[in-house]
Amino acid sequence: MPGLVLLASYVGFGSLVRQSGLDLPQGLASTATAWALPGQVAMVELSAVGASALSIAIAVALTNARLTPMVVTILPLFRDTGMPRRVTYAVAHFVAVTAWATALRQLPGMPPEERVGWFVGFALTLWVLSMTGTALGYFLAGAVPAPVTLGLVFLNPLYFMLILIVDLRQRARTLAMIMGAVLGPILHLVTPTYGLLLTGVLAGAMAYTTDRVLTRRESLRG
Amino acid sequence: MGDAEIWLVIGLTAVVTYLPRALGVALSGRIDPNGPVFQFVACIAYALLAGLIARMILFPVGPLQETALGNRLASAGLALAVFLMMRRSVMLGVLAGTAALIGLTVGGVQLF
Repeated sequence: MPGLVLLASYVGFGSLVRQSGLDLPQGLASTATAWALPGQVAMVELSAVGASALSIAIAVALTNARLTPMVVTILPLFRDTGMPRRVTYAVAHFVAVTAWATALRQLPGMPPEERVGWFVGFALTLWVLSMTGTALGYFLAGAVPAPVTLGLVFLNPLYFMLILIVDLRQRARTLAMIMGAVLGPILHLVTPTYGLLLTGVLAGAMAYTTDRVLTRRESLRG
Repeated sequence: MGDAEIWLVIGLTAVVTYLPRALGVALSGRIDPNGPVFQFVACIAYALLAGLIARMILFPVGPLQETALGNRLASAGLALAVFLMMRRSVMLGVLAGTAALIGLTVGGVQLF
């Protein structure tokens, strides 16, 4: 089931790639080498509004910054598995949200010596599904009636919207999401090329500060 | 954007997607994933992503410009409603929202 959702979201990416004027090798190269959809979509969308390579790179880096704590939380499950350090750096490339969330549930109940093999196998399967989805979306966007193509391109915003809501458990993140959703469209109208970057930094810092202030007040009161 | 520049951007994207993963390995065991630094970084990432989603729905830059704003908002609202009613199923939510946008477009309906 997580594989099916991932496949569908990469079908959306493949369609977006075609509709944005990129070719299939470029779409596949992006999925193969990055394999973290939010950053990939941000890259295509920012290219479409003509943002500079540097500002795209910074925005994508900030979008992907959430991968660092994900790697930090999963690595303890690979301790005692005898995995050499440099292999850890390769395995880290397979940390993306679907593989990560499933692994956090499955790995603890598994003998340590089986964990690395299972994770790499599972992640590779998802990776193949992602590549298949990208190609499928690209071909579908050129073959199906126009309204269906529009639906496929609309898959990504819908998917991210729901994924973000699944993930909302902390107040700071909820605030960041609300402030980002408000500022994003406004700053896009002000400056299409830097709006997204500014949104992340401004709304993120505002949400973090607000959460800190609220936490301090609560502790003073309690 | 020219072809060479797109390849450059794809390459840069790959690098800035792997770097945070490698940083995780380097910091593993030495930093609390729930500490203030990661909390701050997560806020920026979430705000950026939420900003991108809202922008894609309200002011799409690509082919979605052909669809009516009301149709996109209604489809997103339906996706959310189905998601919440169906035990938070991302799959069913996305399917419902996608089908709604296709249906409204095929039917020639323009909500606003």
